[in-house]
This record gives sequence, C-alpha cells and structure tokens, in this order.
Amino acid sequence: MFYREAGDFKTNYADDNQTFPIKFDRYRYYFVLFVAFAVIPFLINDYWVNAIFLPFLIYSIAAIGLNILVGYCGQVSLGTGGFMAVGAYACYKLMTSFPEINIFIHVLLAGGVTAGVGVLFGLPSLRIKGFYLAVATLAAQFFLVWLFNRVPWFYNYSASGQISAPERTLFGLEVTGPNTTAWAPYLFCLVILTICAVIARNLTRGMQGRKWMAIRDMDIAAEIIGVNPLKAKLSAFAVSSFFIGVAGALFFSVYLGAVEVGEAFGINQSFLVLFMIIIGGLGSIFGSFAGAAFLVLMPVLLKNVLVGGLGWPTDTAAHFEFLIVGALIVTFLIAEPHGLAQLWRVAKEKLRLWPFPH
Amino acid sequence: MKLKLVTMAVGAVMAAAPVMADLVFPSLSYRTGPYAAGGIPFADGYADYFTLLNERDGGIGGVPINMIECETGYNTQKGVECYEATKGEGALVYQPLSTGITYQLIPKATADDIPIHSMGYGRTSAANGKVFSHVFNYPGNYWNGASGAINYLLETNGDDLKGKKIALVYHNSAYGKEPIRTLEELQKKHGYDLTLLPVDHPGQEQKSQWLQIRREKPDFVLMWGWGVMNQVAIQEAANIRFPMENFIGIWWSGAEHDVLSAGDKANGYKALTFHNVGREFPVFDDIQKYVVDAGKAAGAGDQIGNVLYNRGMYAAMLAAEAAKTAQEMHGVADITSGQMRDGMEALMIDEAKMVSLGMPNFGPSFNVSCDNHGGPGLVGVTQWDAASQTWSMISDYKPTDMDVIGALIAEDSAAYAAENNIAESCN
Repeated sequence: MFYREAGDFKTNYADDNQTFPIKFDRYRYYFVLFVAFAVIPFLINDYWVNAIFLPFLIYSIAAIGLNILVGYCGQVSLGTGGFMAVGAYACYKLMTSFPEINIFIHVLLAGGVTAGVGVLFGLPSLRIKGFYLAVATLAAQFFLVWLFNRVPWFYNYSASGQISAPERTLFGLEVTGPNTTAWAPYLFCLVILTICAVIARNLTRGMQGRKWMAIRDMDIAAEIIGVNPLKAKLSAFAVSSFFIGVAGALFFSVYLGAVEVGEAFGINQSFLVLFMIIIGGLGSIFGSFAGAAFLVLMPVLLKNVLVGGLGWPTDTAAHFEFLIVGALIVTFLIAEPHGLAQLWRVAKEKLRLWPFPH
Repeated sequence: MKLKLVTMAVGAVMAAAPVMADLVFPSLSYRTGPYAAGGIPFADGYADYFTLLNERDGGIGGVPINMIECETGYNTQKGVECYEATKGEGALVYQPLSTGITYQLIPKATADDIPIHSMGYGRTSAANGKVFSHVFNYPGNYWNGASGAINYLLETNGDDLKGKKIALVYHNSAYGKEPIRTLEELQKKHGYDLTLLPVDHPGQEQKSQWLQIRREKPDFVLMWGWGVMNQVAIQEAANIRFPMENFIGIWWSGAEHDVLSAGDKANGYKALTFHNVGREFPVFDDIQKYVVDAGKAAGAGDQIGNVLYNRGMYAAMLAAEAAKTAQEMHGVADITSGQMRDGMEALMIDEAKMVSLGMPNFGPSFNVSCDNHGGPGLVGVTQWDAASQTWSMISDYKPTDMDVIGALIAEDSAAYAAENNIAESCN
C-alpha cells in the first residue's frame, strides 16, 4: 500500500543508489533521527542515560565494528574485549597527557590507536582461517588484558590499577566525569554512533565492502578476480578495530567513568558483542543495532518487570533473567538463524506485497 | 525500537511509584555469580539488622527504614544500573561490597551528595576525607590489613622478619593489588622477601601459583582473595601441606564457606578481622526473636553468626548509628543524604554504645573526623578450628603502622586530587 518502490520516481544515479530507496523507509529513518536527536534529550534522566541509552549506543558502535570484520569480511574475532580495552586505555592516556585537547579528538585518536593494534593482530588472518583465526584473536584478547594489568605506565602507576576518567568538556558542557547533565553524554555518543553508522553503511555498500564480501564468500575466487587479500583483510581489521576502539573509549570515559581491565574488558565482553551480531544478524548494520538493543535492554527490562513490577526477590529475578534471555536467544536462532535483521527483511518483503500477497 | 518502547513504558510505571517519608538504605548485593557465596551472608546480615530496627524500635528515631535491594552480580555495569535506579529514591548511603563498583561510584556519589561507606574495601586512600569528602572506609582498610598481618607476624616471630620469605597470593584486580605498595614499603623497614603471586578472576585455577610456593618454600603466605578463589587456595595449600598457621588471609578470605570445603586440613588457617566472630552476642537473640522467628529474615535465617553475616550486620549498625548521629546533629528525623554524610563524619563508636546495642566487644571503638575517614585501623586475627567448625579471635584489635600507611594515603589521595582538580578542604 504505502511501502513500495512504485510511484517514487528517481531521475539520477545518486537517488537510485541511496540507502533507503523506499519513501516510507526514508521518512521512517528521518523520524528516528528526529526522535533520537530532538525528542529523547528532553525526556531522559540519569537513569535512562546511564542504564539504558549509553550502553545501547556504545555497544551498537562496537557491534557495527565487529560486524564489519565478522559479518562482512568473514574473519571471526574473539578479541573485541581486548580491542575495546586498547581504546579505553589509549583514551585514558591521551586524556591525562593532553588535558587541553578536545575529548572528541581523543576518542577518535583512541580509535586510531586501536586500528593500528587491530592490524597488527590481524596479520595472522592472512595465513589462518575460521576457528583457527578465532583462537589467534583470543590470544589477542588475553594478551591485551594481561598487558594493561601488568604494565603500570598504562594506568599511570595508580595503586590499584584502576583507571578513572577525569572531567572533560565539549563546547563548555561536561561529557565525562560525574557532573554531567543527562543529555550531554547521550548526544555525544549519539553523534559518534550516527557518524560511525553512516560511514559503515557507505563503506559496506561501496567497493571496499564488495571486496570484503568477496573475501568472505570465497577468498580464492576473490583473489582470482583481483581482490588483494592482504589489503582487504587488513583494512577490515583496521576499520573494525577503529569502531571497536571508539566504543571502548566511550565505554570507559563516558559510560563507566572508571574501569578495571579484567572486569570490564574480559572475555565476556568479546562474547557479548559477538552474540549481539549473531543475534542481530551478520552482515547487516540494522542487525548490529537490533542485537545490541536485545542484549542490553532485555536484562534491564526483565529486571524492572520482575523485581520492580512483580516484587520478586532479587536473586530469583537474576536467575530467571538468565533463563529467559537464554531461552529467547535459542528460540530466536531456531526460528530465524540469520538473526533479527532477517526478520526485518522478511517483514519488509511482506510489507511490499501487503495487502495483496498474490 | 519496539523493545525500547516497552522498556520506556515499564520505566514510566516504575518512576511513578509514590515517595514515602522513610530512610532509604539501598543494598547493592550479589546473591548470584561467582562471588555469591560471600555476597549472600553479607546481604542477609545487612537486611536483617534493618528489619530488626524496624520491628523492635520502629526504625531510626521513629522513621521507618526502607531497604531497597538491587542485584549487581559483582558486575560494574549492573552496579551503575543499580546506583542510578536507587539514587532517585532518596538513598542515604551506598555500600556496594565491591572494590570495582566503589571506584566507579566515588565521583558519581560525590557529585550527587550521597556518601559511600566501603567498609574494609574500596579505595584505601579515601581515608583522607579532605579529598574524598563523601567516601568513608572506617574502621579499617586494606593497608591497615597488610600492616596488621606483618605486625602479627613480627609479634609471633620475636619482632624480627629479616630474611623471612613472605608470599602474597592476590586476586589480580584493583582489590588484590591494594596491599602491594604497603607490603613493599614495610619490606624496606623490616627486611623480609616479598613474592607476588597474582591469581586471575575468578580464581579456580591456582596450580601454578601453589607450585611456585611449593618450590620457593616461603615462611608465610598472605592472601587477598574473594569468592571461589579462597576455597581453592586453602585446598591447594592443604594439598602441598603448607602449614596452615603460617597462612593468613585478609578479612574477605576468612569466612566459614572458605574453609569448610578443605575439611580438617584447613585447621589452623588464620584470617584478619576488624570485628568479632561467633553468635554469642545479645543482638543475635533479638534478631532471632524479632526477625527470624517472625519469618522476616532476608535469607533462610541460617547464616546468623557466620563471619560475613556479622560483617553485614556490623555495616548496617554503623550506618544506623551514623543516621542517628545525623538526626541529632540536624534536629530532623527524616534526614537527607547530605545530612547522612555529616552524621558519618561525626560518628563516634565507643564500648558503652556497643554494649547498649547488644554488641559488647564486637568491634573497636573509634571516632571519624574530616581528615580521617578511615578510623583507627585496628586489626585483629582470627583462627579456624576445624573440629568445632568455629572461628575464634586469637589476637585483639591492635594498631597498625600508621607512619607508613599515612604517608601512602597522603601520596595516593594527592594524586587523585591532582587528576580531578580537587582542592583539599574540610566542610
């Protein structure tokens, strides 16, 4: 009815190649942006920002990053936690060494540092594939966590090895530290997420993305048709690590404010982000958002319903939270192995035909 | 998107809950996860004491207590969620029972004017109240613990540790690293050899550390462990036949569930403490009568007298006494978190007060002041008797080396103040 290509005339290539070719999708996209930028900031308080939106936005960035590597380029990585730690510690060192420089630049630089580290740990991917590569990146995870625990320079020789984010401002507004107003860190992360998502979307549907997908689908065939595996794989590692590093920097500086590497960036973190993209959908930007939303919001929602709404004891609720989330993951993967993004795709296909499905 | 809408709806319902005039004490507990064995008795003790005050005295100063429990699972992200969820309810003081969460809450709670009481954990240099205005760690901290252990060893070894080998088995996290600097400073003073053996979270795998201990044969082993790490370490020590009386744990490594699994072999294991053990105190009779027998106990009611239950109850008692002090200071019964902070800073605990609370000789006497949020740092030693399955105090609360610790506290808090642009002051 309202969801179809017909009637939406495109007169040039740019229009023809836009991200959302269907008018309804386009308006929905503008509407989501409008709500996210102009409505939510006026409605939220500290709880909404710190417990729901910040983790959702930051994990979305990390999931987009990992999706580029795993979903688009087919290189399985279990090093996400370690790369996030690189972003966090790079950001911490930059923040404390150059306090006069803008936090936005620090976050981007932290992403850059992580990209470098990611390329380094991506080198084995030229020789090893699949599960074996997963094990190699697992080594990166353990090595990086060990490194940040071991070398006192990274945590400025503090007694406990914890790093704490000092207060930093952007345009005179605090975005890190304890004295933030709720919407400032939210908008800060939202802007970065929007930029990252737009870049990722355009990278993956351009030439670079096609090279990655060629490598993913069959690397020998890709090499024969002229895709350089060295460049393709390492660029995927670099771009992916950049996003993950940015996510790690935000995770530490804006969201948590103080982290301990083993606890915040342990192997659990790697698995969590990997599950996000598997549940959300490999090779889909929307899937990264959906997966992050599912795994971040679901436990909070369940906790609020079970403890706040039904008045269950906290420990029973915590156990049931695991049970329910686990059961939902299994159900989702059985019903739709390609993730939430595939459900969305199917829904769109159906919508195109609706209300005359024949 | 749909999920978000549902969450929003639920959140809106939650936010609309009525605000009552009561004293809110959030309990960031962990009854699940790898550290639950320690988290459960502590949370039970904390809850039961407040229930007792409600049932017996009608709250504190006539105002009922509302204890909100929130499950953190010892996880910092959930800790943040719990903090944000409870602070709007009028929370008076936070006791997260996790060094990681404490670190995170220090700047946030200070900005929100809510005090934190990290009793025997958290950031040690928070003892300097001129920098950490809202953080309290009385009556003792990790550095007191480290020094207390060394003092005890000095005392039992004719005041001489020269050439002795001491190994520290520690949880490789902010918590476990706390004592290292103090032990290194004390090493310069007393001339022992220190070996550091980190154990990674959660601590189930300690074969290599204990192999090293077996090879190097240290005279004494100190342990900074928590959760399953304690049980494993004590079992491993028993396996290599390390003499248990030379094995001393910090106060977080000295509860019943830590030693029970090693059976008779754990006999003689020692742990530091800053409060008494056992259930021979009048207050427990009241808890039994008003709380457990009335069916209002937080847990199964079987934890009373357990070391960590006692500690949770002690923490609740100190919070309640601070609230009383605050009520007297400000002349209002329904105090705010800022007034609670003032009450904590003016807290005085003496033996007469402890007797009147039904806890004679349960903990040390101390005064809190602005420059000293850490209390006197008196440390006692307890020992496990496997035959009767009880802990008993073998060394009374004794002073620790404040010359060394004071200098370290000044140094570390100055570093924090410089990093965060805080001017030292008393308000």
